[in-house]
Amino acid sequence: MQNLFKSFVQNFGIPRLIILGFFLLLCVMAIILDIDFSDLMSASLVRIGMNGILVLAILPSIVCGTGPNFGLSLGIICGLLGGLIAMELTLNGFTNFFAAIAFAIPFAVLVGYGYGLLLNKVKGSEMMFAIFVGWSIVSVMKIGWLLLPFNSPEMAWPIGRGVRVTIALLNREVSQLLNNFWAFNIGNVTIPTGLLLFFVLCCVLVWLFMRSKTGMAMYAAGDNPRFAEAAGIEVDKQRIIGTIVSTILGAIGILVYAQSFGFYQLYEGPFMMPFIAIAAILIGGASIKKASITNVIVGSFLFFGILVVSMPVANAFMADISSMAEITRQIIQNGIILYALMQAGKGDGA
Amino acid sequence: MDKTPKIDLDPGYDFKRKAKSFFTNNMVTIMFIVLSLLAFQVSGMNSHLYFSDIVSRMSRNSFTVLSLIIPVIAGMGLNFSIIVGAMAAQAIIIYVTHWGVPGFAGIMLCVVLVAPLSILLGYLTGNLFNRVKGQEMITGLIFGYFAMGVYTFIFLQLVGGILPMDNEVLVLSSGVGIRTTIDLTGGIRYGLDDLLRLPLPIMMIIAGAIGALYQLFVFLKSDRYKSERLNLVVWLLISILVVVLAVVLMNSSSPLRNISIPAATWMAIIALCFFLVFFTKTKLGQDMRSVGQDRHVAAVSGINVDRVRVIAIIMSTVLASWGHIIFLQNMGAWSTYGSHMQIGFYAIAAILIGGATVSKATIGQALLGVFLFHTLFIVAPAAGREIIGDAQAGEYFRVFVAYGVIGVTLAMHAWKTRLQSMQKIKDLKEKEDLAG
Repeated sequence: MQNLFKSFVQNFGIPRLIILGFFLLLCVMAIILDIDFSDLMSASLVRIGMNGILVLAILPSIVCGTGPNFGLSLGIICGLLGGLIAMELTLNGFTNFFAAIAFAIPFAVLVGYGYGLLLNKVKGSEMMFAIFVGWSIVSVMKIGWLLLPFNSPEMAWPIGRGVRVTIALLNREVSQLLNNFWAFNIGNVTIPTGLLLFFVLCCVLVWLFMRSKTGMAMYAAGDNPRFAEAAGIEVDKQRIIGTIVSTILGAIGILVYAQSFGFYQLYEGPFMMPFIAIAAILIGGASIKKASITNVIVGSFLFFGILVVSMPVANAFMADISSMAEITRQIIQNGIILYALMQAGKGDGA
Repeated sequence: MDKTPKIDLDPGYDFKRKAKSFFTNNMVTIMFIVLSLLAFQVSGMNSHLYFSDIVSRMSRNSFTVLSLIIPVIAGMGLNFSIIVGAMAAQAIIIYVTHWGVPGFAGIMLCVVLVAPLSILLGYLTGNLFNRVKGQEMITGLIFGYFAMGVYTFIFLQLVGGILPMDNEVLVLSSGVGIRTTIDLTGGIRYGLDDLLRLPLPIMMIIAGAIGALYQLFVFLKSDRYKSERLNLVVWLLISILVVVLAVVLMNSSSPLRNISIPAATWMAIIALCFFLVFFTKTKLGQDMRSVGQDRHVAAVSGINVDRVRVIAIIMSTVLASWGHIIFLQNMGAWSTYGSHMQIGFYAIAAILIGGATVSKATIGQALLGVFLFHTLFIVAPAAGREIIGDAQAGEYFRVFVAYGVIGVTLAMHAWKTRLQSMQKIKDLKEKEDLAG
């Protein structure tokens, strides 16, 4: 029994236990403090749905062997670009949303392909490289947002040039589109059916893809490149496919995120987003080399659950709640990434 | 016709090859010089403004950038966790400001107090790095962000509450948390800079004299080879040129001669340079070098690799914290939760622009890099306004350059090591084939 417990702790990882414990503690405190639980549930469900696809986007990159995709901001920028084009064409409602996805995917495929080629050149330090590619592109796109010829009054500044920093989606009837689709209440908890359905749909599609012939080849390429090469799988090609899928999911993910949030956040917006998604999948039990759909769902639930519940609880104790949520996020997010790096470093030290 | 290889007889060949390798090895630096010159031309900037700005930027940033060198020597790559040292410095400065110790005394108090804190943090970081060998850079970067969360938590949520601090100027009106900006005016602002300010020409003469004396010292200590003699002559000529320029400047009416240099700060930077040169010659420095070249060989020859690596990170952290004190005393007002954020990236971008790589960095590269990087920083907004019609674009561009340069250097390093390891495998296979 003790051995069983020990191996469970070892497999699950002490930081994850701490995070789980912290989450339970927060829930208990929320009950003690008499915070309305149904509100928390509704908010958590929305947060999970809106971030879930971004977390899902990390999965293919881990599976294909390039490590967690710190360059997810590339996909995010493709998504924003698609969204802005759909706005410029003054499309409304679902047409706008799906048109945005349709416009974003070609960009994402192209960008993902080029990015995948680059990642194949830097095998062994993909993560570090990806971080700086992501940040460089975010900075370049800041100039890009200034120069791109978008004229619709919702996007352009009334004077000066460039696109606004945040663009409201309310007028295009995109804001909360999925959230309100078939939404219903159980007691006081609102279930954002459309949002969750869309997330589940994406999960199922990725799950099916992973079981297809290409998906299996990708698994093999990521798991043991040399063995895969010997078995006749083109490892480099599989890595590129994984990167493209990750980039596409990133593009779709940000559009889902934005419709729930109500705004497109340009410029500095995509800067740290990959880190949040990576932290979520790692909390769900993924490592730098292995991940599954279960990790995505569990991780989203835990990480975004903590972020939602910590706010009102911190409110009761701390002076400044807005910063407290940010601090919690920063510590948990980077703590879990550090832990994953340390786990990966085990065994190949000198 | 004699078909002996004519190439060997061609006197220009060797030179051509050398020139080619020089260009490929210093591509980033050369591109940057061209870029800076172009941006300077386009911006139409006044040279007096530029010079006084670059002097103050170099004096406040050089120390931090120099703190990156030791971990590179120890083979740990670019130390992204120097921002941990920066945060330690900020923590101490907050308390010294609270106690109200002004001027140079305040600076010295900070320098003394920050050392034990930085040693402790460096020790933790170093041990963390020993568990992730080969991934030190990304670990350092993430650790920096992690530490940032802890730092913000302490100073925004604990100070004033659990850690009492009774100070209306520093603490937010709610009674808990430090204000988002701290003004050091009346405190340690210019504490080091104002200790001794000299006009540019005088500083140039002193720098020339120090350079000449140092080269003479090196020459006398060496075995006086021919190549050393040439080196000495070149350096002496450069020193004399600097001194002559200084004299010309003093007698001219150029506004440049009135630029005042914070001499004490520069003394600290020069002292650090000498320390780094001296340190690489000590036993510990040599050990670090061998650890940097090959951990396994170093371990076999009896060096405690882990210990040497921890010491390298401790030294880097302490130096970075001192560098950040110099930076903040010059800035005066600083953002409590933000001014450490970019320190690591900008310092690393600067040293890379100077021509350093993940595995090699020198003092010259660090100083040249600071000069070039901050030149771009000064002229980019004006150039952006001229080219695109928006100063913001120039600002975005310089941020892009910082991240881009780091990305490109990392990619080149990863690519090179991969080629080398592939070559090694190939060589091994060939050997096996021969043996079999």
